[in-house]
Amino acid sequence: MRKSLPVLQGGAPGEAAAEASDLSRRDFLRTAAGAAAAAALTACDVEGMLRRHFRELSRDDVAKLLARVERDHRKRFGDKGFKVSNMAPRPGVEFAYGLDLSRCIGCRRCVYACVTENNQSRDPQIHWIRVLEMDKARGVDVMESDVYYEAEQVPRPGKFYMPVQCQQCRNPPCVKVCPVTATWKEPDGIVVVDYDWCLGCRCCMAACPYGARHFNWTTPSIAPEEVNPNIHVLGNRVRPKGVVEKCTFCIQRTRAGRYPACVEICPVGARKFGNILDAGSEIRYVMDQKRVFVFKEELNTRPHFYYFYAT
Amino acid sequence: MPRIVRWGLGALAASAAAAALAGAPEPKGAGAPPLSPPEAPPAQFETPAPPFELGLFPCTQCHKAPGNPARRELGFHDEVQPLHHGARWCLDCHDNANRDVLHLTNGDPVPFAESYRLCGQCHGDKFRDWRVGVHGKRVGMWDGKKTYFLCVHCHNPHAPRFTGVETKDLSGVLVQRPIPTPTKPEPRPRRPEEAR
Amino acid sequence: MLTFLKGCWRLVSRGSRWYYAWLALLGLMIAVGLAGYARQSSRGLIATSMRDQVSWGFYIGNFTFLVGVAAAAVLLVVPAYVYQWKPIKEVVVLGEMLAISALVMCLLYILVDTGSPLNLWHIFPFVGSPNFPYSMLVWDAVVLNGYLLINATVVVHILYKLFHGQEYNRMVVVPLVLLSIPWAVGIHTVTAFLYNGMAARPYWNASILAPRFIASAFCSGPAILLVLFQVLRRTTRFPISDEAISKVAELMAYAMFFNLFLLGAEIFKEFYSGTEHVVFTQYLYFGLHGHRAVAPFAWIAVACSVAAFLLFVIPRSRRNPVTLNLGCGLIFAGVFIEKGMGLVIPGMTPDTLGEIYEYTPTMTEWMVAAGVFGIGFLIYTLLVKIAVPILEGRFQAGMAEPLPAAPEAGAA
Repeated sequence: MRKSLPVLQGGAPGEAAAEASDLSRRDFLRTAAGAAAAAALTACDVEGMLRRHFRELSRDDVAKLLARVERDHRKRFGDKGFKVSNMAPRPGVEFAYGLDLSRCIGCRRCVYACVTENNQSRDPQIHWIRVLEMDKARGVDVMESDVYYEAEQVPRPGKFYMPVQCQQCRNPPCVKVCPVTATWKEPDGIVVVDYDWCLGCRCCMAACPYGARHFNWTTPSIAPEEVNPNIHVLGNRVRPKGVVEKCTFCIQRTRAGRYPACVEICPVGARKFGNILDAGSEIRYVMDQKRVFVFKEELNTRPHFYYFYAT
Repeated sequence: MPRIVRWGLGALAASAAAAALAGAPEPKGAGAPPLSPPEAPPAQFETPAPPFELGLFPCTQCHKAPGNPARRELGFHDEVQPLHHGARWCLDCHDNANRDVLHLTNGDPVPFAESYRLCGQCHGDKFRDWRVGVHGKRVGMWDGKKTYFLCVHCHNPHAPRFTGVETKDLSGVLVQRPIPTPTKPEPRPRRPEEAR
Repeated sequence: MLTFLKGCWRLVSRGSRWYYAWLALLGLMIAVGLAGYARQSSRGLIATSMRDQVSWGFYIGNFTFLVGVAAAAVLLVVPAYVYQWKPIKEVVVLGEMLAISALVMCLLYILVDTGSPLNLWHIFPFVGSPNFPYSMLVWDAVVLNGYLLINATVVVHILYKLFHGQEYNRMVVVPLVLLSIPWAVGIHTVTAFLYNGMAARPYWNASILAPRFIASAFCSGPAILLVLFQVLRRTTRFPISDEAISKVAELMAYAMFFNLFLLGAEIFKEFYSGTEHVVFTQYLYFGLHGHRAVAPFAWIAVACSVAAFLLFVIPRSRRNPVTLNLGCGLIFAGVFIEKGMGLVIPGMTPDTLGEIYEYTPTMTEWMVAAGVFGIGFLIYTLLVKIAVPILEGRFQAGMAEPLPAAPEAGAA
């Protein structure tokens, strides 16, 4: 039978009647609370919420997760042939990126190719790549850079351009500060975010020296006809509100052997990509033959992203 | 074995190795230079078609016979004159006998689809970078088949200093080609104040 | 237990007109806060003024400030228990209750600042995946909740014992209180380390941050208590001697000096070395590239801190209640600005790629902040309303209901 609260046990007989009406009132409140909780829980995705950390999931759980993500996308955008994968990193592969500062003309095609490929929110606008315009006379000086340059023609005289995106650091400060390990470094060098696990506390954004992490301040909005259906669960799935996102080296493409979207779209071939463990790759050639530098090297983040001058 | 035979065998072996090297995908590291000039390598790079103007190719539509080989200013082809390519003139690259190909300095014909071999003769450092994918653009698979963009997809061979490029639909095929004016950039990102 | 609860209810539901007005104000603030949070919950944090460029703002600034306030209770604990300074001993409970209220507000600010609060359980061990020992936020969660537990245990124990007419058990209280001293230093050292550890933000990545946090906490926290003590002396018969107030004020004066000294040290380093990292301090005090929104507040904070220091260091003005309270208000304002606008904003302006985005809180942020402060003040008000009669001996087990306060006795 229903146990009374200890405080009501015993007491004067006169309290019995009061107790009875107290009980029915408690009954009502309890049912109401339970109903409200149930309603609230079904409104949000309980099964999706209650799971273990991504890296501790069994294969079955991952399959269920992928199916759920696919379902959610279909529900939201219609049937676009969504394929959500959790393609694993390949052994013997460590991605590295090279950006040729002597070639970049600041056309921003990479910015928008990335937006299309990775299902970023159009409104509010999220760009994973930010192209900084700087003076040739001053060199690389971010405090004097301008990301909002507008021009009829690029490159503008006396300026050079430095696109910045997630550097996929080997010693990532964002991974260090995340309180719930919602972001971690994969064996192939890509730093990924589990969008279901992220708290949205934005410690990682404060810790990133490259401004590479972006937040979904509200629910991202994408037109259904612009959604890319080829999805990796740790990469370009459409994110929920209140979580952090960032460049993943187009994990859905690169783990399948393709170049990232930014590399392919660059009209002047300023972007180089490959497996740094392969001595014959273009990125190793760059490291061997060209003048290479690392952005904010003094912070010892040891990125997988290298800037170089080919000429 | 007489010394001359040994040397000859060595040269043969070396040239065979060099041919193998030249024919294979880009070897690891520098590799020894070949001891004798290799024969013309097969077209080893997959490239999209050169960005000809519609109807321009084949050139033998008009040029059916060899023309006047004397260096002069032409009365036609105004769109590429005067040439802004060093001290060159047309027939330094275009083959007089067969206008549908180009030719190397030693006279060997080179199809337009392999024009990189011609450019690489003078621009060796760019060519060496290009064939490993560091200069210029490649698309495809980082660990598999790649498609190289030709030099002429970014550089107008008649005025090769880079200005800008555009992507144009030439009869149903999207082609990148150089344009004489710099590229127009995509719109600037929205400022944070503009996001509400 | 029932009598206790009934007695508590009687205590908190009865009071002067001012009391009811105060409760009404707090209720209004809380209602406003709930409305603001509802809007923020549905729309997302875009309802605030935070953006990628300045991703922490008013909420985290207030959180930082309140951690300092919570830690300041230790300033009273040290002389009370270490030096057995009787005049302060009785008031320690009030300080610890302030710590409890401040800690609740800290936790609430963290809650309202997270983008996906439903995922907060991920920070718990075993069910979640806390990034221990690397993440400072996990350490912060541990030390803040631990400090809350320590203070709650001490307060509940002392009041419970007093309620039953007994002296508190020294074996329970003294170890906990002695533990709370380094723990208090710990809570806002860990909070300082949260900022300090970020190499990406040169303004924060300075060793001086942790000492500055301590100094400013020891200035601002006791200021609230000094005002409270005077209110209590006026409204209850609770004995708070002039000596207690004077001692606290004197300790605050030393803390203020240390605070100003550290500020001076920071200013010297920035402007004398003159590296590119000076842009953050420059933005704070002088503006940068025409952006000057924060500079007036920075100077107001400095002026308040200096004025408060002068008022507190001169013994005569320290003893004069008018100047004392003025000083309390000034130092509170000074540290509030310094730890809020003066810490979070310049740390992120210009951002890592040199962009300047001027952050000013939106109406939603003010509303939510009002709600959180309302909840904190309400908790403290209710705790004081219950604790003071217990401490005075008016509310004990065995009484049918708490005794009313004796007619106003005036200042002790």
